[in-house]
Amino acid sequence: MKTYQEIVGELIAVIHALTPEVKALDENTELIGNLGLDSMKVMNLIQEVEDRFDVSIPLNVLPDVRTIGDLALKIHLLLQSHDSAR
Amino acid sequence: MTLLDKFKPLEEARDKLRALGTYPFGVTIEKILSPTEAVIHGRKVILAGTNNYLGLTFHPECIAAAIQALKEQGCGTTGSRMANGNYADHLALEREFAEFYRKPFCVVFSTGYQANLALLSTLAGAGDVILLDADCHASIYDGCRLSQAEVIRFRHNDVEDLKKRLRRLGERAARTLIVVEGIYSMLGDMAPLKEIAALKQEYGAYLMVDEAHSLGVLGEYGRGLVEATGVEDQADFIVGTFSKSLGGIGGFCVSAHRELDVLRYAARPYIFTASSSPAAIAATRVALRLLRDGTELRARLWQHARRFRQGLENLGLKLGPILSPVVAILLGESREQALFIWHQLLSRGVYVNLVMPPATPDARCLLRCSLSAAHSDQQIDRCLEVFAEVFSAYGSA
Repeated sequence: MKTYQEIVGELIAVIHALTPEVKALDENTELIGNLGLDSMKVMNLIQEVEDRFDVSIPLNVLPDVRTIGDLALKIHLLLQSHDSAR
Repeated sequence: MTLLDKFKPLEEARDKLRALGTYPFGVTIEKILSPTEAVIHGRKVILAGTNNYLGLTFHPECIAAAIQALKEQGCGTTGSRMANGNYADHLALEREFAEFYRKPFCVVFSTGYQANLALLSTLAGAGDVILLDADCHASIYDGCRLSQAEVIRFRHNDVEDLKKRLRRLGERAARTLIVVEGIYSMLGDMAPLKEIAALKQEYGAYLMVDEAHSLGVLGEYGRGLVEATGVEDQADFIVGTFSKSLGGIGGFCVSAHRELDVLRYAARPYIFTASSSPAAIAATRVALRLLRDGTELRARLWQHARRFRQGLENLGLKLGPILSPVVAILLGESREQALFIWHQLLSRGVYVNLVMPPATPDARCLLRCSLSAAHSDQQIDRCLEVFAEVFSAYGSA
């Protein structure tokens, strides 16, 4: 299973492709505050991330997701729960 | 920062739009003349954005039934059905809906919004999953927010994406409610219901279909997309509204699951609200009969939809993906330009709906038109003339 840091790295690659003008991305980068993504772009990003990690991210968890690190943590937990369910 | 400061951005946005002319999100209908005509700003306009698909709002039999109920039963019920009791007509309407759909159970709600709120907040609880199409109506999203379930979106009308998400759920698919709509209200497109119903069977999930815009519009008897695609037996819960093709106000759900009847004792949007007025119920009972027998009305509606779409295609406009009584004209991202076009249409005597993000499926604005069986060919042709004048003068970007 992927580590938290590996997930952060992959998320940064995906987000960089969507917002090439933003140079400095790390786990503390805020999706809305720093990247200026509106709600529609956040949803598009989530769909892309879901495909990449083969997870479904529930809408319920999104209010807790502010930074790239928050999103990585949610994906990490989802991957863990999928593994334990198998 | 005070309690009310959060409204400032919204107020500013509203004032900015108001400054550009007639405010599009609260037009005053000074006089309603018929299902397809009204007076706005002192002049007669053609209504081409009302969802009055079968044109029943002024049907003499509906009006007569409403007047009789008003006289015999009063203006309102003054409370919820659980506290104040069930008026016989409310129960009769539930029986009639159940018979119409050939399902044993039906619950009638005070609005279509409340039907979705009640169903979603009660059917799916902690540990359950709601899988909804991304383009579902706000009432479905709000129902999801009231439930304790995990809420997952799938890409609009994307059967493969839905399948992927059901697979990921594993055994939890059996605790999953898939939610789709018959006709989607913004683009007028339809769910690939046969394929979705097959997936629901394969994974052992449940399926809820909102027929708000398809009741009376699709299917030989008007039972919506479930009838048109032959999946009535696979749809676990069918919900809808009285406020479109039935020309009134209210909502319903029918099901073969007996638990729907028990839901009355758990669904807060059903319990803690006043039941519909006797007049609204009486008019809807008549309208449901007219809808069921409305083969000719449906044929006329679709004929109008074809005529209108063909005319708009001839103008080279970008339209929603399929032929439908809901016709979306896709504009650009500029709100000012969209508003300007909408104003031009209205000032020339055509009323349609202006829709802006985030209510649209993407970043573009759109004009949403809806046809009615009550439109005349002349009205449709006049609308097309006005569209031609406005779009040839100002473009659509």
